Amino acid sequence: MATSLIGARVERKEDYRFLTGAGQYTDDVALPRQTYAVFVRSPHAHAKIRSIKKDAALKAPGVLAVYTGEDLAAAKVGGLPCGWLITGTDGQPMKEPPHPPLAQGKVRYVGDHVAVVIAESLSAARDAADLVQVDYEPLPAVVDASKATQKGAPALHDIAPDNKCYTWALGDKAAVDAAFAKAAHVTKLEFINNRLIPNAIEPRAANATYSRADDSYTLYVASQNPHVERLLLTAFVLGLPEHKVRVVAPDVGGGFGSKIYLYAEDVAVTWASRQLGRPVKWTAERSESFVSDAHGRDHHTVAQMAMDKDGKFLAMRVHTTANLGAYLSTFASCIPTILYATLLAGQYTTPAIYCEVTAVFTNTAPVDAYRGAGRPEATYVVERLVETAARDMKLDPAEIRRRNFIRTFPYQTPVALMYDTGNYDATLDAAMKMADVAGFPKRKEEAAKRGKLRGLGYTCYIEACGIAPSNIAGALGARAGLFEAGEVRMHPTGSVTVFTGSHSHGQGHETTFAQVVADRLGLPIESVDIVHGDTSKILFGMGTYGSRSIAVGGTAIVKALDKIVAKGKKIAAHLMEAAETDIEFDRGVFKVAGTDKQKTIGEVAFAAYVPHNYPLDKLEPGLNENAFYDPTNFTFPAGSYVCEVEIDPDTGVTKVVKFTAVDDFGKIINPMIVEGQVHGGLTQGIGQALTENCRYDPETGQLLSGSFTDYCIPRADDVPSYDLDTRETPCTHNPLGVKGCGEAGAIGAPAAVMNAITDALGVRDLPMPATAETVWKVIRANRKAA
Amino acid sequence: MAVKISMTVNGKPVSAEVEARTLLVTFIRENLRLTGTHVGCDTAQCGACTVHMNGKAVKACSMLAMQAEGAQILTIEGVAKADGTLHPMQAAFKEHHGLQCGFCTPGMVMSALELAKNKPGASEQEVRESLDGNLCRCTGYHNIVKAIMAGSKTMAASK
Repeated sequence: MATSLIGARVERKEDYRFLTGAGQYTDDVALPRQTYAVFVRSPHAHAKIRSIKKDAALKAPGVLAVYTGEDLAAAKVGGLPCGWLITGTDGQPMKEPPHPPLAQGKVRYVGDHVAVVIAESLSAARDAADLVQVDYEPLPAVVDASKATQKGAPALHDIAPDNKCYTWALGDKAAVDAAFAKAAHVTKLEFINNRLIPNAIEPRAANATYSRADDSYTLYVASQNPHVERLLLTAFVLGLPEHKVRVVAPDVGGGFGSKIYLYAEDVAVTWASRQLGRPVKWTAERSESFVSDAHGRDHHTVAQMAMDKDGKFLAMRVHTTANLGAYLSTFASCIPTILYATLLAGQYTTPAIYCEVTAVFTNTAPVDAYRGAGRPEATYVVERLVETAARDMKLDPAEIRRRNFIRTFPYQTPVALMYDTGNYDATLDAAMKMADVAGFPKRKEEAAKRGKLRGLGYTCYIEACGIAPSNIAGALGARAGLFEAGEVRMHPTGSVTVFTGSHSHGQGHETTFAQVVADRLGLPIESVDIVHGDTSKILFGMGTYGSRSIAVGGTAIVKALDKIVAKGKKIAAHLMEAAETDIEFDRGVFKVAGTDKQKTIGEVAFAAYVPHNYPLDKLEPGLNENAFYDPTNFTFPAGSYVCEVEIDPDTGVTKVVKFTAVDDFGKIINPMIVEGQVHGGLTQGIGQALTENCRYDPETGQLLSGSFTDYCIPRADDVPSYDLDTRETPCTHNPLGVKGCGEAGAIGAPAAVMNAITDALGVRDLPMPATAETVWKVIRANRKAA
Repeated sequence: MAVKISMTVNGKPVSAEVEARTLLVTFIRENLRLTGTHVGCDTAQCGACTVHMNGKAVKACSMLAMQAEGAQILTIEGVAKADGTLHPMQAAFKEHHGLQCGFCTPGMVMSALELAKNKPGASEQEVRESLDGNLCRCTGYHNIVKAIMAGSKTMAASK
């Protein structure tokens, strides 16, 4: 019997092509008669468009076309849709202002799309874009969500004169008020969850082509979910039948949420490819990524925790203002609501929670899901509040957590979720041991001798992954299903091609999913290939986000494997002249129970495709099965992180000297890949805490952090090597027992870092990111006060 | 204005007539169709476009093709052996999971090769500092650092 591939550190199947330059990303796709698109973007945060003059651009060498919002409107191209309807506390649906792919009459953020220039070469298109003359009438702009709702603030959209998209709430307000009234202590914090710019290293790109021969389109696009892209593009925007549009998301260079959405550029190049009868390619420059990729986070929150005299949590009250940017991006509305407030119980038994969210339009780029999407914001609220409460109550921060941990499962939280399983003591104990928390006072003392400030902080996070049971999501406003599809195709000679609606843009599905299939079928992993990212090959898919790939996509494949095995048993029974009920299957071998008769999956597959000795009267030939899987619950990965920082008081520079993460992702298929996901997530989380900050000028609405010199994603010497471990409580409601691991690091790290910094500095709070300047100012202020 | 340029890329002589403003990376990607060299930022910060010119790592997005006139250029496509066997540094990236989406990877490998040549026994801190010009958003650098240290060791041992 082969050793199990589940839990094995299998080197990745996809690496060879990436390491030799043979990857095929969207910009690498060059089509015959290729043309190139460049977008004219708004230099103003808010302005009326008085006129657009195309003549000079159209006369420039190599220019084929210049299109504006008027052209798209005349062609009845629709606006970009939002996929989640939120109903407000007033019972009204959220305000959904039009989101034209190219601006009509008005621009609402710096980088908003005004026109597209298409030319024979990229340089010709760039030159001509400078010749498009747009006459703007600048209007006052507002970039801060809290200011946008004040009286007299400039209104972005006619249908939302107060700039409010919705006010939404979750939880029992009366129960929370009652608990606060009898609390022995209340801890209150007010903070900003800083706005982030995702910055996948591959910029967004799209290359569309139209075939007059069969009236069909092909769109190559850097997307995390090609089928969703196609659905939105065809059904809502271009009014095309889906079977005439093929969307291919080839190799995609990182997503982190920013490549989930249907963007204006994708629509424009697809539409233009038909007008010109030629392929149209657009690839973002990095400066375009900064201004036009959907941003993340940007919450202003006031949070309070009520406790009894022993530090037992009685209730939590949270008010958040969420900045949505200028338009509703594809899933923008559900991020600060459904994926945020539902996570506010954290790992704790807090019996009453009330959260109210006001979502606001501002003259900034649209905000949507970015790695973690709502859950990092929730974790930051809970874990900063819990750590601060411990300090207020003079309790050890680990102890206050233990006094409040959920220990019986399943557990119904007061904010709608039902946790199926977990063991929060196990991860916290392991993390504290691994981080040598006991030795921290000595290290702090030693650092002090060197003139350095050392601090330690925790996060005990939980996340809801594997989104989601479609009926529950639908009841909460989702306008799409959230299942996944998979197909397992056994070939006549025993190799396997597996098709998945999930998409890999770094996660390693081609290896992890192949491990699952090869293990079940008892085949060498080389005999299994995973195909993803092409709507013409894969029956359907909802794509990859929210750490759902293995829990939902992997389960769909398992369901298809179940069908392969079920049919294989019938074939094997026929071949071995036994009753079907006597056939047992284990890792690729069909056996007649109690005998030494057996047939391998390869022999069965061959019989299915060369059905000479085959029950043709009862069974179709072939061995190809597909399955759709709709999850029955979310999965709940959880873990404990311990961060240790050292601060140089003379410069304010914070160094993360030790970071320990102990996660419970349920069953793990490939620990090497899982560790890589945690490393990456932690680094993005540390980036949010220390260096990354999207800033707009408050008066002009200009993006001030529009390049890698102004917006600081972590470099190799900004972060440490990480100490990782896992504990395992298998997920109870999917056959693999898996929970997902892609976002945990980004969810848990920011609070751990900020808890460590506030500990080192002896302050209650400081704004994130804790840049050297911010920390230095706090230290200076402390010195003056002392 | 068009100019004629000639250079050697991955051991093969190439020449072409290009617009004077053509960047080296554009020449490599569009004219030679060697698309393993990537463009991530256009401003010499992310390092996805790193190639070797006359044995030194350079950022191909920030120099003109003309500036490489007569030069020996090595891109990621020329790093593995002719029979397709991975170079020890590439093999180390695979073994240590030093890549995820693969987009920064060619530039990382080209920078790593230069470091391994110039500083074979570099410490973890030195490796991290040497990667200042290469951004990765997926791996958190942890495994890239491990891979480079291991790859350098293998390269030094096989000398």
